[in-house]
Amino acid sequence: MLMLRSAVKSIKLHKRPFINLYAFQAHQLSSAISLHNVKNSLRDLPHDGPEASFALGVYRGKIHTQQLFPFPDALNDELKETIKLMIDPFEKFFREVHDSSQSDLEETLSQKSIDGLKEVGLMGLQVPQKYGGMELKNTQYARLCEITGSHDLAVGIFLGAHQSIGYKGIVLYGNDKQKEKYLPDLVAGDKIAAFCLTEPSSGSDANSIQTKAVLDEEGKHYILNGNKIWISNGGLADVMTVFAQVPINDEKSEGVSQKVTAFIVERNFGGVTSGPPEKKMGIRSSNTASVYFDNVKVPVENVLSKVGDGFKIAMNILNNGRFGMGAAMSGLIRMLLSRSIEHANSRIQFQRKLIEYQSIQEKIAKMAIAHYAVESVAYAVSNNMDKGIKEYQVEAAISKVLGSESAWNTCDECLQILGGIGYMREANIERFMRDLRIFRIFEGTNDILRLFIALNGIQYAGKHLKELQNAMKEPMSNLGTLWDQGIKRSKQFVGISSSGELVDNTAPQLRESASKITQRIEEFGSTVEKLLVKYGRQIVQEQFILTRLADANIDVYSMGAVLARATKAINENLSTADHELLLATAFIEEASDRVERNLGSVIRKRNLKTFSTFSEIANDVSRSEGVATTRPLGF
Amino acid sequence: MALRVLVGCKRVIDYAVKVRVKPDKTGVVTDGVKHSINPFDEIAIEEAVRLKEKKIASEVVAISCGPKQCQETLRTALAMGADRAIHVEIPEPQSNTLEPLGVAKIFSKLAKEEDVNLIIVGKQAIDDDCNQTGQLTAALLDWPQGTFASEITVEGEHMKVIREIDGGLETIKVKMPAVISADLRLNEPRYATLPNIMKAKKKKIDVKTPADLGIDISPRTEILSVEDPPVRQAGSKVEDVSELVGKLKSHGFI
Repeated sequence: MLMLRSAVKSIKLHKRPFINLYAFQAHQLSSAISLHNVKNSLRDLPHDGPEASFALGVYRGKIHTQQLFPFPDALNDELKETIKLMIDPFEKFFREVHDSSQSDLEETLSQKSIDGLKEVGLMGLQVPQKYGGMELKNTQYARLCEITGSHDLAVGIFLGAHQSIGYKGIVLYGNDKQKEKYLPDLVAGDKIAAFCLTEPSSGSDANSIQTKAVLDEEGKHYILNGNKIWISNGGLADVMTVFAQVPINDEKSEGVSQKVTAFIVERNFGGVTSGPPEKKMGIRSSNTASVYFDNVKVPVENVLSKVGDGFKIAMNILNNGRFGMGAAMSGLIRMLLSRSIEHANSRIQFQRKLIEYQSIQEKIAKMAIAHYAVESVAYAVSNNMDKGIKEYQVEAAISKVLGSESAWNTCDECLQILGGIGYMREANIERFMRDLRIFRIFEGTNDILRLFIALNGIQYAGKHLKELQNAMKEPMSNLGTLWDQGIKRSKQFVGISSSGELVDNTAPQLRESASKITQRIEEFGSTVEKLLVKYGRQIVQEQFILTRLADANIDVYSMGAVLARATKAINENLSTADHELLLATAFIEEASDRVERNLGSVIRKRNLKTFSTFSEIANDVSRSEGVATTRPLGF
Repeated sequence: MALRVLVGCKRVIDYAVKVRVKPDKTGVVTDGVKHSINPFDEIAIEEAVRLKEKKIASEVVAISCGPKQCQETLRTALAMGADRAIHVEIPEPQSNTLEPLGVAKIFSKLAKEEDVNLIIVGKQAIDDDCNQTGQLTAALLDWPQGTFASEITVEGEHMKVIREIDGGLETIKVKMPAVISADLRLNEPRYATLPNIMKAKKKKIDVKTPADLGIDISPRTEILSVEDPPVRQAGSKVEDVSELVGKLKSHGFI
């Protein structure tokens, strides 16, 4: 009884740590209980959903180990052998058939390259074999994405716009008739596909699209009208997945509501035109164009799934293909590291090779560490998807943000290491830099994805807090919950990690790193709870806070993936285990600091004050329509 | 006559890899290093598959001798168009001491078992550069040989072979059954496409051992040491002939 009252009090008063006596007793009990809990609950741990997600668990200060420990490995030997054989033909295409520099200069993919891609069989990698596809698992596909990443991102976009998003809707949501009609030609590459969502006034805000599809009088066709911009493969596509608003009579409100719907539209339906190729900073050989729909007659059979499902379909298509980007980025970083070290190992200045200087060593090390993190996260996500896990959207978003930003920074540093040489077109680094910039923008801007990550987490944590608040109304029947919370809080105040789970699942050499992660996760949980109590629902508006939570979440998930991967290397006695241990330890050390800083800043008064200052500054600038200071000279 | 063709495919360290000598000097580092099909054997497979496409050959059987990973090499050959494969399994470290004579014995035994009338191998492997297997196999079978082939044409029971020799090209006529060794310019191999890789998964790979074939593959030579070639010394540039003569004199060459 004493315990229970103390527990309830500590929840209500969560401003100051409770007295040491309680803390001490709780500590005694905690070790016994947590081990007991671990042993019993392992048997009935969920494998999917928020209660299994490592990334989400963090928001409640929980460590869900199921999806990372041991490092997921979904492919059997046969699948691994098959994909291994497919690597060479793809590499050969880049070495012998495709000329990336020339394509970039000409701002177009040559017919020779397109024919080469078709011949090697790369246009339907994840489509079932019965339609002529390779039926690759996500992890197999990821391995091939690494190859595009390391050679030519524009080819990656051509392939991705075609199969990852262009006709993916048909694969995921098409009925048998639609699949039989369209997939064989698309998979052979005889027809090209495109994903048509974005409009001039509708980027991140996908629901606000204005393209309309109205059922004609006979009820056999939808008449499609609208403009889409920046469509990859827009000028080449014969088959497009087009998103448009369909007016529906709303029975409840007795009005007409617009429901986003996905359609399969063929260029030869008539009324479909595309604009000239856009002149871009990078991925220049990839065709990007506006597509115009002028009274296009789309048969009703070409609706994907059903009217009104469009937004969900669009988001799922993007979500489904997102893991590929992380893999492509890891392939790119690997290549950039090779270029950087090639230079550092041979270039001599002041009588020493560059690699002998600490400032270069730091750059090289950071690249290697970034690669390890990006690669580990990418393969953790793809393997989990292959294991059948359906709730991976947060992890996929994390992979995209981490991958694209790490690649950008790595490319920047590679260019720096190569110095003047790196700036010259001949070195072929600047092309990757130009190609890379769009990866933080399309397929869900990294800014939106950060909000997505944080809000998913907050929602998950918020639900539990509601349970907790309900439990407090009936303390006796909710002993378990309160007990849990009481102990958790006390342990936190004393600074002892509650769960041995992470440490238990890790190789001995990594126990210190594991314990750091455990502490950060607990701090995360308590920070989120404080935020929810302070802001309630309004937290969704607090973007200064949400973006920092997302950054911390990305870091924590990466730490988990890296810890799991290094543990695997040690347990399997890989020849590179020692090096992987170095990478993991260094990454976790630095990431842990970043997490601490980010979590602190969303609670600390002086940081919050700075955020308000940011808003004020932005408002001043907005009013002044530019710099709002007085020039030094006054003019 | 429809030819039945045997093609030897050796698994070697990939040509693009920077080979490193093991610290104990017993050989080169192979652990974790990328391996692929010997480039000249790839050319041999390509030629055999082309014969099949021209309907001159009826079946192409690929063979590889070595550890389990040789099956990957055979899968590549199957993906290029070979019909069947035979893996003569020789585990490490035994496979490291396998010599051309052992391989030739295996090939000749299989040639008889499979009732083959044409054997095509690469002229040499890029790891040991022996250039012996084709010739030894022909001798063991008492078949004619056309080595360093840059072009082969079937003419009834004979084959016209254009050979690359030091002086240029030599054209010979061999009576089949015969052994051909492929040189670089014989053809340009196709790359295995992804669909063909998938189809190849259904093709058969038979596994045998040298013991099954009754062959002794013990080596006749012993590797004493494997070392890096000496580091190349820097040269120096001379301004004119008199400086050149001066240097030659001072180094005691003239």
